[in-house]
Amino acid sequence: MLKGLGIAALGLLVLVYPLLDHNNAHVDFLTNAGAFILLALGLNIVVGFAGLLDLGYAAFFAIGSYSFALLSSQQFEIHIPFWVMLFLASAIAAIFGILLGAPTLRLRGDYLAIVTLGFGEIVPQTFLNLSQWTNGPNGISSLDQPSFFGRAFGFSATPYYYVIIALIAIAILLASNLQNSRLGRAWMAIREDELAARHMGVNTTTTKLAAFALGASFSGMAGCVYAAKLDLVSPDQFQFNVSVLVLSMLVLGGMGNIVGVIVGSFILSFINSFLLPQSTALAQSVGLHLDFTNYRFMLYGFILVAMMLFRPEGLIPSRQRKAEFKEAMKDPHLASQEQEEYEERPGLTV
Amino acid sequence: MTFFKLTDVRKAFGGLVAVNDLSFEIVPGSIVAMIGPNGAGKSTVFNLITGIYTPTNGRIELEGQTINGLRTDKVTALGIARTFQNIRLFAFMSALDNVMTGRHSRMHCQLFESLLHTPRQRKEEKIVRERARELLRFVDLERDADNYARNLPYGHQRRLEIARALASDPKLLLLDEPAAGMNPKEKEDLIKLIRRIRDTGVTVFLIEHDMNLVMNVSERVTVLDHGEKICEGLPVEVRNDERVIEAYLGRAEGAA
Repeated sequence: MLKGLGIAALGLLVLVYPLLDHNNAHVDFLTNAGAFILLALGLNIVVGFAGLLDLGYAAFFAIGSYSFALLSSQQFEIHIPFWVMLFLASAIAAIFGILLGAPTLRLRGDYLAIVTLGFGEIVPQTFLNLSQWTNGPNGISSLDQPSFFGRAFGFSATPYYYVIIALIAIAILLASNLQNSRLGRAWMAIREDELAARHMGVNTTTTKLAAFALGASFSGMAGCVYAAKLDLVSPDQFQFNVSVLVLSMLVLGGMGNIVGVIVGSFILSFINSFLLPQSTALAQSVGLHLDFTNYRFMLYGFILVAMMLFRPEGLIPSRQRKAEFKEAMKDPHLASQEQEEYEERPGLTV
Repeated sequence: MTFFKLTDVRKAFGGLVAVNDLSFEIVPGSIVAMIGPNGAGKSTVFNLITGIYTPTNGRIELEGQTINGLRTDKVTALGIARTFQNIRLFAFMSALDNVMTGRHSRMHCQLFESLLHTPRQRKEEKIVRERARELLRFVDLERDADNYARNLPYGHQRRLEIARALASDPKLLLLDEPAAGMNPKEKEDLIKLIRRIRDTGVTVFLIEHDMNLVMNVSERVTVLDHGEKICEGLPVEVRNDERVIEAYLGRAEGAA
């Protein structure tokens, strides 16, 4: 009851926030944070639910952004409406999710991470080098402005804010639906024991590809909105640090738990785009020449190390993670040994 | 048409022949066992049946259909389920979720129904949950439904694995050393459980080291040594077979 009221109050606050706070910079910050929440929810499907460590997730963000920039701008004189592009961008990202997933199906753990990391590097490089289409390092600007029933979005962040909020709401619904479904259980089963999952009749190929595709589609959608709002895409927006940032959001919040992921994502966005620039501005206003934004990665590092030391399961972990870490803490050797056994055994012991 | 049949099945890992031209049949509705010393190739036979390995030669048939080389999930869908020698439950999923996952091959809900929780999906989910509870009751684990598989006592984990395998409505159930690590009381319960499973129409094929259990529960016994079938017959026949005694205990002195 109390929890329900709390959620309702929070929902209401989220909905009316732009009416209360007329500072466009604040709404702009919240919109960007929202895009990252969407990214984190998508990555959570791949890493949290299915247990497939993906270090190149920014690639799908890039693919979503570039899809919009190429198909809804002066670039090729193609002007597909924003609302159509939302779905098209996520579909394109999903297809690339499958293309990336396909060659990695036999890999797990470290090996999977390295291959996805490679993919994360290849995609922005490709956009950089296909300069005849993408203007290379300059990127693509003057994208089409979205409009809603004939009214253009304009330069205010507020319309984008509402689009992102709606997408997050849908993403939360879909992700929690997935968790309690045949597919969600199949993902968990693969995460726990892939061989046993196969014996339950789980087609591990299609099940893993579904995770990659769905995760990528959330990211593609976020990319589309982000590009439209920024009115610019360039290859340097999608570097490795974006993949790491989103993964850190999961680690901080609690992998596999939707609420945890949202909280973790919001905290890191808040530090990254609000706290550090604001405190820099404050320092400079009192005559100190300090730029706190330069210490961003150091701060992330501190946070992650502190998390590993004090709360490795994340701020708001899923019930499963919590139990897993509790078990691992009791006997760290046991946990690591078991992991090895699972990874190095191609079949069963004869 | 025979229910289940292996014909000249051979599996070689490089130069090592783990299973050597093995042939036998299983009659539907029976309880049969395979025994043999360590390393005789028993688990390899299970892995060949469930598609973990592909036979180098020979044929495995279920109800007239050749199944060797099929993917594991397809073998399960055709009606063969198994448990594992070293328990392989989904450790951090509840007992109920473990059994529900076991039902995967009999569920129809696709990606979009899972995403949107359509009425059809909800209905199926409800039926599967009911069925999973029924199976937990069947193996006497209903009170453990919400506990993580990891937190169950060892004997319960063994039974949960059986319930999970039964969730796919198998025609043939493969039990890989189901009594391993059990105390006499648990073994007794296991024998009853295996019989109850057979009474529901499921054919049971087990690998076991516990001779007492094998002789007690199975109707036919196949003995494997160095990947070869050295004897097959009724438990009492097998027990008195010289080759079997030899395989287990070595050759009697002076007999050479």
